[in-house]
Amino acid sequence: MKSYPISIKPFGERAVLVEWPDEVSESILADILDFMDAFKELKIPDWEMSVAYNSLTMVYNKDHLDFEDTKEMIQACHKKQGQSKTERVQHLWTLPVCYDLEFGMDIEEAANTLKISVEELIKQHTSHQYVVYGIGFLPGFMYLGGLPSSLEIPRRAEPRLKVQKGSVGLASKQTGIYPQDSPGGWNIIGNCPVTLFDPSKKDPCFVKVGDKIQFESISKAEYELHKIEGEVGIYKPEKVVLNA
Amino acid sequence: MLKVLKPGLYLTIQDLGRFGYRDIGVPTAGAMDVESVKKANLLLENDENDAVLEITMTGPTLQFDADTYISLSGAHIAATLNNEPIDNYAVVKVEKGDILSYGRLEQGFRGYLAVKGGFQSEKLLNSRSQFYPVTSKARIKDGEEIPYKETLTYKPKISEVKIEEHFEENTLKVYKGPEFSLLSDAQLTEIFAKPFTVSKENNRMAYQLSELITGHSHSMLTSGTLPGTIQLTPAGRMIILMKDGQTTGGYPRILQLSEASISILAQKKYGDELLFKLV
Repeated sequence: MKSYPISIKPFGERAVLVEWPDEVSESILADILDFMDAFKELKIPDWEMSVAYNSLTMVYNKDHLDFEDTKEMIQACHKKQGQSKTERVQHLWTLPVCYDLEFGMDIEEAANTLKISVEELIKQHTSHQYVVYGIGFLPGFMYLGGLPSSLEIPRRAEPRLKVQKGSVGLASKQTGIYPQDSPGGWNIIGNCPVTLFDPSKKDPCFVKVGDKIQFESISKAEYELHKIEGEVGIYKPEKVVLNA
Repeated sequence: MLKVLKPGLYLTIQDLGRFGYRDIGVPTAGAMDVESVKKANLLLENDENDAVLEITMTGPTLQFDADTYISLSGAHIAATLNNEPIDNYAVVKVEKGDILSYGRLEQGFRGYLAVKGGFQSEKLLNSRSQFYPVTSKARIKDGEEIPYKETLTYKPKISEVKIEEHFEENTLKVYKGPEFSLLSDAQLTEIFAKPFTVSKENNRMAYQLSELITGHSHSMLTSGTLPGTIQLTPAGRMIILMKDGQTTGGYPRILQLSEASISILAQKKYGDELLFKLV
């Protein structure tokens, strides 16, 4: 795979921002993940890294950084990336969504705006695989890319003060799930009964950047069942391994 | 246990923060004024990361159910132990049944209460810092009890220190942020030539500034943000992210506060004046 040029900028006293070309693309994301794998192999403790679309924020929790030294280390790592011995494991997760009007209070209005039926909206929303380009904004909130342009609608004019945990929303080029109750301005079309952020678990967020998500339409009865299964810890969302 | 008889305006348990989870969207949280926390813990010969109580503007009323030693730091909020005044930055012995209460805010905005050995609330994702939904509650309410260990005797190496406070300081040192180069000469003059005031919208997540500068129409892909990141909204509003601030954002990051300046800003309240100085 070809490697993209990167730019490295200082970001305060203990962080740097590494940027790839300014676009949303799976091959750029793969390049970022390759770089992260190569950097992790250096096994320097106290670094944490977080991806968002075309950028990587690298924070050194131990001390203030010397920018020039850090830049050199990153450039060296970028040059030799892609030679990682450990194959990166990426998953396609199937997440159930109940599109019932009880949860998807904006689905009829959204379908009207898009000039399609509610059934067609659900069909389109569930027929694509969305790439996880980052996790941020709220703990466990996934930035998903790959929404078909036929489902693009603007945010609501007035945000709601409280959007329920699990709400699945549409807003311009994005679709996503609110991992907890939060204020929000997205058009809510359904609810996903799967807990996306659980701080009592060793791995509080099972989805990783680079994974893919596909939604599956479920009935209200299935929703209630998954919710209860989730609460007692016996429900695991379906996953398949993608070839990295 | 420390029994919270009254919590005051906004009372939380904080250590220095929760690190290593920004990749799943978890902010660092942690004490807003790290400098003051480190000093309070130092006097008690605690680990600098031991959990303290962060008090905002109006203090709580607290009752101890076991002997220990405490030290106060940060904002000056007239504190009394069983109605006897106690000072900041001094080791104070407390006995079972003692009541610590607070009066008027004199200087600063956030005070700290450290206890020998640190507060022993549950550690989640490697930290005791309260942040919902990592911790089940965002802050401490009436009647809650906070665990700590009993200490019967302690001979501090230093029992009191004179501290040079940073409450008078109103110049914040800033570095260029990742999108600094988007700023026009006119915007640079607006930022560095005159003071700003802290708006009513100021909390553990972010401080907004009252005065607007010239806006912009730059749109960018969402990218990482840190405590101390200054974002510029299209309308020209400067928003300074603090310890509970979100880990990603979509507004240009024009400036980044030095860590020492985050502690200075943590002691500012609505209406206080600020200046920026580029380092």
